[in-house]
Amino acid sequence: MKFFRDTWLIFARQMQLLLRNPVWVFVGVFQPVMYLLLFAPLLKPALSPLGVTSDAEAYQVFVPGLLVLLAIFGGLFQGFGLIAELRAGVIERSRVTPVSRFALLLGRSLRDVVSLIAQAGIITILALFFDLRVFIGDLLLAYLMLALIALMTSSVSYGVALAVKSEDALAPLMNTVAQPVLLLSGILLPLQFAPGWLEDVAKWNPFSWAVDGTRALFAGDIGNDRVWQGLLIVSVLTVLSVWWAAREFARSVR
Amino acid sequence: MIIETSGLRKSFRSRQGREKKTVEAVRGVDLRVDEGEIFGFLGPNGAGKTTTLRMLATLIVPDGGAATVAGVDLMRDPGEVRRRIGYVAQGGSTWDDSTAREELVLQARLYGIGKSVALERAARALDAFQLSEYADRKCKTYSGGQRRRVDIALGIIHEPRVVFLDEPTTGLDPQSRAHMWDEIRRLRTEGMTVFITTHYLEEADALCDRIAIMDNGEVVAEGTPAALKREISHDVITIGLNGATAEAATLLDSVAFVSRLEKLDTGDGLRLFVDDGATAMPQVLRELERNGVTLKSIELHRPSLDDVFLTKTGRSLREK
Repeated sequence: MKFFRDTWLIFARQMQLLLRNPVWVFVGVFQPVMYLLLFAPLLKPALSPLGVTSDAEAYQVFVPGLLVLLAIFGGLFQGFGLIAELRAGVIERSRVTPVSRFALLLGRSLRDVVSLIAQAGIITILALFFDLRVFIGDLLLAYLMLALIALMTSSVSYGVALAVKSEDALAPLMNTVAQPVLLLSGILLPLQFAPGWLEDVAKWNPFSWAVDGTRALFAGDIGNDRVWQGLLIVSVLTVLSVWWAAREFARSVR
Repeated sequence: MIIETSGLRKSFRSRQGREKKTVEAVRGVDLRVDEGEIFGFLGPNGAGKTTTLRMLATLIVPDGGAATVAGVDLMRDPGEVRRRIGYVAQGGSTWDDSTAREELVLQARLYGIGKSVALERAARALDAFQLSEYADRKCKTYSGGQRRRVDIALGIIHEPRVVFLDEPTTGLDPQSRAHMWDEIRRLRTEGMTVFITTHYLEEADALCDRIAIMDNGEVVAEGTPAALKREISHDVITIGLNGATAEAATLLDSVAFVSRLEKLDTGDGLRLFVDDGATAMPQVLRELERNGVTLKSIELHRPSLDDVFLTKTGRSLREK
C-alpha cells in the first residue's frame, strides 16, 4: 500500500513538472514529424522491392519503427534528468525520508512511459493524414510494446545515471549503446534488405524483435509469431532492467 | 542524551590514477549531545564533519562503532532513526521549477503525512520561515538566503526531535547568515535539538551551546565555546612602553595574577598571560602607575576558538 502511494507521489510530482514545461511536447514531436515529412517520402520507392506500392504501406513500415526508436532513445536519455536532480539535492532529500526506494525509480519511469505514449499518440494521429490505417486493438497492443520498451530503457538509464553520476559519462555510454541497437533493429530500413550475416547478428538484438512485432501489429497481422515473441522478449528484459535499476536505487539511496 | 556515539568510524577507498588508497574519513568519534541544545561541529573542510553527520543521518553506513540517535540504535534500526530526525544537506535540496509550497507538501507526504495535514504544515512552515510571500513562486527566483530557509523548512516539516544541518550558512551574505542564526535559535526554542557543522569560528562561538572541534577524522576537543577557550589559553594583555621595559617586567613578574610574561620582539613592550583579562587590566595599570612607569598602549586579546584549534592541532583554522 505504502509502495503504491509513494509511487503515485513521485509520479504525480514528475508529471506536474513535465506539464509545467510543455516545450517537451514540441521537442519530442518535432523530430519524429521531420522524419515523417522528410524521410518517409523516400521510403515508397526504396521499399518497392518488398512490394510496397503506396504511401500508406510505406508508413505502415516506417511509423512503427519510428515509434520504437522514440521509445528507445527517449528512455535512454532520461538519466540526464536524474543527474540534474542529484545535483540539485532532490534525491538526497528523498533519501532521508522513509519513502520506498523502488517508488523513487518507478514513479519516474512511469512518467517517461506516459510522456512517450503521448508522443506516440500525436505521431500516430499525424500519420493518419498520410493515409496510415491501423486497427485500434492492434494499436493498443503496439503501445503496450512501446510502454514496456520505455520502462526498460528509462530504468536502465536511471540505474546507469546513479552509478556514473555525471552527464559527461552518461552521454557517451548511452550513445554507444543506442547506436548499434538502432542499426541492428531494422528501424530505418527493414532488415529484409540485410545480407545474411547482418540479419543473423540482428537476431541477437531484442529490439529488432520488438520492431518486427510492432510492424506486424501496424500491418494488422496480430497473429504473426513476431508479435508475441517481441512482447515476451521485451517483457522479460523490462523486468530484468527494472529489477536491476531498483537495486541501484536501493543501494545508493539507502 | 539525544545523540550518543562511541568509536564511530568510516573510511573510503579512492583511486588516484593507478594507485588505490584508503582514506580514513572518520577515525573513532565519541560524542554526546544533549536534548534541546545547538551542538556544533567545527573544523576545516575535509575534517570528517559531513561524513559523521551523514552517518548519524543514516545516509552512509558506519564501518564500526555504535550510536544512538533520538533513542534508537543507529545500526539496528536506521529506518526508525530516519523517521525521527531531519537532515538538511550542504548543497541545497530544492528543484528550480517547483515552488516552496509544493516542495514542502511533497516532503511532508514522503514522510507519510496525509494531504490535508501536509498542506497545513507547509503553510505553517512557510509562515514561520517568513516565506509566505514567495511560497507559490518557483524556487529559481529565490535569493540564496530564501532558498536556504526552504531547505531548513523541508528538513523539519515532519517535526523531528533532532535536525542535522550541514553547513547551514555557507555561501550566505552576513545579513542572511544572521537571519539564519535566528531561525536556528527558534528551532531550539521549539524544543528541537540542532546539530550543525560549520567551518566558521564566529558561527560556532555565537550560535552553539556546545561544540566539538574536529580535525583529520577525530574530535580533538569538546565543550562549551567559553570553557574550551578558557581551558586552552590565557587572556593576553599586551602593553606598549616608552623604555623601562626591564623595570616593568620585574614589577609585573612578581604580581600573582600574571602567570607568564614575555618581552615583545620589538623591545618596547610586554606580553602578559593572565586568567581573566578584564579584571587584570585595571590592576596592571594601577601597578605600573604606582611605580612611575608610563604606558604607551594597552591591548587585551581574549582567546578565540581559532586559538583553541591552533593549540589542539598546531594549525590555524583561518589559514585554511
